[in-house]
Amino acid sequence: MTSLSEHVQPTGAVAGYRPERTLRLSVELRRQFKRRRTIGVFALMVALPLILIGALQLGASEEASENARINLVDVATSSGLNFTLFVLFATTGFFLVVVYALCFGDSVASEAQWGSLRYTLATPVPRMRLLRQKWLAALVQSVGALLTLATVAVVAGGIAFGFGDIRTPVGVTLGQGEGMLRLAGMLGYLAVHLLVVGALAFWFSTITDAPLAAVGGAVFTMFVFAILDQVEQLGAIRDWFPTAEEFAWIDLLLTPVDSGDMFRGVIQSLVYAALFTALGFRHFARRDVTS
Amino acid sequence: MRPLRGLVRPRPRSGARATSAALALLLLLPGLLVLAPAASAAQDVRTEQARVPSGSGADAVELDTTLYLPGGNDPAPAVVLAHGFGGSKQSVAADAEDLAARGYVVLTYSARGFGESTGEIGLNDPRYEIADLATLIDLLAERDDVAIDGDGDPRVGVAGGSYGGGVALLGAAYDDRIDAIAPQITWNSLTAALFPSQTGPSDDGTVAATAQTPGAGVYKRLWAGLFFGVGSAPTGGLLDGLVGGDGENGEGAGPAAAGGQALPDVSSLDPAAVEQALTCGRFRADICAAYQTAASTGALTPEIAAVLDRSSPAPVLDRIAAPTLLIQGTQDSLFGLGQADANARGIAANGTPVKVVWYAGGHDGSASDQVTEDLRTQVAGWFDFHLRGEGEDPGTGFEFPAPTGLGTGIGQVQGRTQTVVADTYPGLDGAEPADRREIALTGPTQPVVTPPGGTPGALTTVPGLGALTSALGGTTLEIPGQFAAFDSERLDAAVEVVGAPTVELAVAAPAGTATLFAKLYDVGPGGATTLPAGLVAPLALTGLSADPTRPTPVRVTLPGIVHRFEAGHTMRVVVSSTDQAYALPAESAVYSVALGGGGLTAGSAALAVPEVDGSTQADTGSSRWWVMLAVVVGLGLLGWVAALLWGRRRRRRLSHVEPDGEDVPLRFEGVTKAYKDGFVAVRDLSFEVRRGQVLGLLGPNGAGKTTSLRMLMGLIRPTAGRISVFGHAAGPGAPVLSRLGSFVEGTGLQPHLSGRDNLRLYWAATGRPAEDSHLDEAIEVAGLGAAIDRPVRRYSQGMRQRVAIAQAMLGLPDLLVLDEPTNGLDPPQIHAMREVLRSYAATGRTVIVSSHLLSEIEQTCSHVVVMAKGQKIAQGTVDEIVGTGGAVLVGLADDAETDRAISVLEGLPGVSAGRTDDGLVADLDGYSRAAALQALVAAGIDVDEFTPRRRLEDAFLALVGES
Repeated sequence: MTSLSEHVQPTGAVAGYRPERTLRLSVELRRQFKRRRTIGVFALMVALPLILIGALQLGASEEASENARINLVDVATSSGLNFTLFVLFATTGFFLVVVYALCFGDSVASEAQWGSLRYTLATPVPRMRLLRQKWLAALVQSVGALLTLATVAVVAGGIAFGFGDIRTPVGVTLGQGEGMLRLAGMLGYLAVHLLVVGALAFWFSTITDAPLAAVGGAVFTMFVFAILDQVEQLGAIRDWFPTAEEFAWIDLLLTPVDSGDMFRGVIQSLVYAALFTALGFRHFARRDVTS
Repeated sequence: MRPLRGLVRPRPRSGARATSAALALLLLLPGLLVLAPAASAAQDVRTEQARVPSGSGADAVELDTTLYLPGGNDPAPAVVLAHGFGGSKQSVAADAEDLAARGYVVLTYSARGFGESTGEIGLNDPRYEIADLATLIDLLAERDDVAIDGDGDPRVGVAGGSYGGGVALLGAAYDDRIDAIAPQITWNSLTAALFPSQTGPSDDGTVAATAQTPGAGVYKRLWAGLFFGVGSAPTGGLLDGLVGGDGENGEGAGPAAAGGQALPDVSSLDPAAVEQALTCGRFRADICAAYQTAASTGALTPEIAAVLDRSSPAPVLDRIAAPTLLIQGTQDSLFGLGQADANARGIAANGTPVKVVWYAGGHDGSASDQVTEDLRTQVAGWFDFHLRGEGEDPGTGFEFPAPTGLGTGIGQVQGRTQTVVADTYPGLDGAEPADRREIALTGPTQPVVTPPGGTPGALTTVPGLGALTSALGGTTLEIPGQFAAFDSERLDAAVEVVGAPTVELAVAAPAGTATLFAKLYDVGPGGATTLPAGLVAPLALTGLSADPTRPTPVRVTLPGIVHRFEAGHTMRVVVSSTDQAYALPAESAVYSVALGGGGLTAGSAALAVPEVDGSTQADTGSSRWWVMLAVVVGLGLLGWVAALLWGRRRRRRLSHVEPDGEDVPLRFEGVTKAYKDGFVAVRDLSFEVRRGQVLGLLGPNGAGKTTSLRMLMGLIRPTAGRISVFGHAAGPGAPVLSRLGSFVEGTGLQPHLSGRDNLRLYWAATGRPAEDSHLDEAIEVAGLGAAIDRPVRRYSQGMRQRVAIAQAMLGLPDLLVLDEPTNGLDPPQIHAMREVLRSYAATGRTVIVSSHLLSEIEQTCSHVVVMAKGQKIAQGTVDEIVGTGGAVLVGLADDAETDRAISVLEGLPGVSAGRTDDGLVADLDGYSRAAALQALVAAGIDVDEFTPRRRLEDAFLALVGES
């Protein structure tokens, strides 16, 4: 009789249980990084720059040098940093969007799909804490993927094309150190801007039990906006799209840097991300978990 | 998703790309911002349409006007907006609305010969178009809502692009009532624009000062043709006018309408008048004649020069006293930067304030939205200061797009452009002359062939498209043998050329005359060439030496550009003999072209490139990033504190504990769960589970068992009632749930992990000490042996089930909840599971098992709650529920004694008996089983079997059926 009540805290919890120790980030990351999906994403992030290097090496014929058109592909091979810029430019519109959507959209919905969500909640991990940890873990994964991509691109590109200065298509050059600094700024901007996709996918993830629906829904939404962005008749409305300013990081190539668009982009992204995240939390707090 | 378009942000809106768009550009560009969003138009701007008569006699016309009135009641300064060539008052409607919204009375009108206005085009002839402007200003002077400087003199500014810019300049020269002007992408001398020859002495200190050979030039064939074509298309209205037909029929109709229209009876017409109407369209006869001469001969005759000079501000610039904002485009092969430069010089010489703004755009490329918006603000700022005396003094400085900006060219300006600002326009009256850096060029004397008829010809520029270099994705087309090239050394450091460079050449031609085109290429380290803005400097040379060894020195002004030549690049001056945009001599010849005045020996000359010091205007402000960071951090802290407080409040709310909690691990009190669609899964459910019990939750599928368990786990919120676990309210995230182990519907195992890893990670996620987990005991319960280390996805259903149950038992919870635990298990496993559960309860812990199988409940549980359709039907010990009938199955050793046994049993009080399919059944109805057996034995009947008849099926169906 007494043996039972001895190990109980005043809150009713069993001894040793502390809400703030449940589902620690390290545990959640351990869980995620044991998944093939996560490993696959990172493998792809390593592979993509290598594939692009191979493709550029194949195409490095005289024909390319004759083509004087201002094009990022043409200067992609001028240095490792240039190559990294090219990789970022090529991946911003689609690839990174998918990666962010995957990391965030998969977070809660996949647990629901496995059926492990209810056991985690009954542990109990407080719902808000569960979401927070999931959100942070997704952020770590997506930013990690972005950094992996950039690091591999810088290193592999440097080995393939030399550790030279950045040369922009119009011929402006930036020194190695300065270039690295700007690159860091670009990555920072991308990491923040892509949060819009991530937060949207996260929100969807709290609604549906199918990870595919969450990821696909977010990607699809972004593409719809990207397509609408091409419709000139919409005019200035497009500046309020969640996809707006997604390429503003290119402004970091200007000297001096013009951060006007990026500032707007960051603010807008943060607002959108906060909104979507809040919607996700709100929905999950009230939701009946029936999965 | 995004097509890879090079390092180009897709955001800036695309302009016209196809060649056919050139005409549209010509029409639209002068309006500057026709395509820009007009969303900013204030709602309280009113408009008044009017047809204003102007001129007298044969030149009397009616002008179609629109007056935009701002909302306020006070008299406001007025702005007249003139449209571009080929446009009408509609072309500037968006600009007008914008200015009106800023508080100006704005008058737009279609110039004579355009839109719905009548009359013939006089190319801004002071006698006609400029007089029309005076008429309009008279009109403004009479209005009460326009601010007045004096009697008949309104406070008025004039703005416009291209043709409209010419109106502004000429108007300010001829009408001193105009108080400020903002002409854009317009000309200084039409002669120099249409018959350029950029050679001769030019001692002006301004950056884009462009020499012009007096009385000669190379006819700018394509542009002039396009220009004339816009105004000369014969219209139905004109022909109607000739035959006296009613005007409404073809008013404003285009060539297409005219083509589809039946021609009137032409026999009654004067053939000369018809020819005039068909070939000259709405042009005045003298202009038409000048064009036709120029187009057929390509030569600048004094007659043509007279017509063009009359329409040029150049001769009358000394009359302009109105502060002038000169806006010129860097993408303009029609009116280059040199034209604005000449205007600036001429106007500033009077002491009139002049500000010069170059922007990335022009007749060859529309500006980006951002640039267009900036220009609008510039113009409005100019009028604010000079008409209203409000706002910041815009000064007399100089602004130009930063040559470091990403890509200019390609028919549109792409990417963000930065602006460089200098205090003064170098070389203007009183200002320091422009800095010119000398770049050494080298190269031998080279022969340059000019082909007969001028074909094949070099291709550099197409009106409205500008630099083909970028537009077609290839190099500019230079014909081998037709050009001479002179290169600089590779540049040690980047050179930013802002303005028109000059170079000394030496040319010899057998006939003494030569038509040449000089241009400055940017040659990259890999040999890729770029012609900045696609601009060329045509040279019409006369009086040349015929002896190639003693060529005549020629001083050439190259086109005005804004371009950055990177370090490692070379500058290359190319002198070619052909260009398809210009009229070329028909005879073939061989010129010799060399550098400088030194002839063969020198082989080198200096290219003097203008440079401008200025500060780049960039939106760099780093402080706001810190502010933003601070705000984000602040909001984060705020959120954290709020979450903390909320959590504390929540804990306090949960702190009500029932005193008998430890004895009643689970209590449902009036719990109801109704879904939004009205379906009630659980209705008013109340029961208790005491310590050490194994409670069975029995009911058919859909009875609400699983919903009840989910509510208990905090997954679903009950709509009403309270669930207490050990006396604490259960709910989402309630700490007391940590005393609960559960297995509900589905294993929830991660398929890619082994069973052991699943259990470990699950325990790690609880955050509780590892030694509390009793992992080994749980693994023993699962009984998987070595399979526990294989990935779960290879498990059978039963194996997963056992791992999941083991997971529920991790940490030996005080309350174990299992939903259908034996599904998928084989009989020995089911048996083992029962043993596990019983012994678990024997330790003082409590187990709840749900099932729809009676036998399962009967064999595992001590207590049972029967549910159906969301309601509790019965509750009690298994015996109570199962044994209510009290029937006994009696097996006799000898069936023949059955009748005797019946009579014996029926002799007992309240007992009835009878034969059934199973054999003899006695319903004791409360009578003791032992007594009944004794009675039978006492009667000498051999009883083989005497068991309570477990009519579970019957009992269950009876209970469920009642509801």
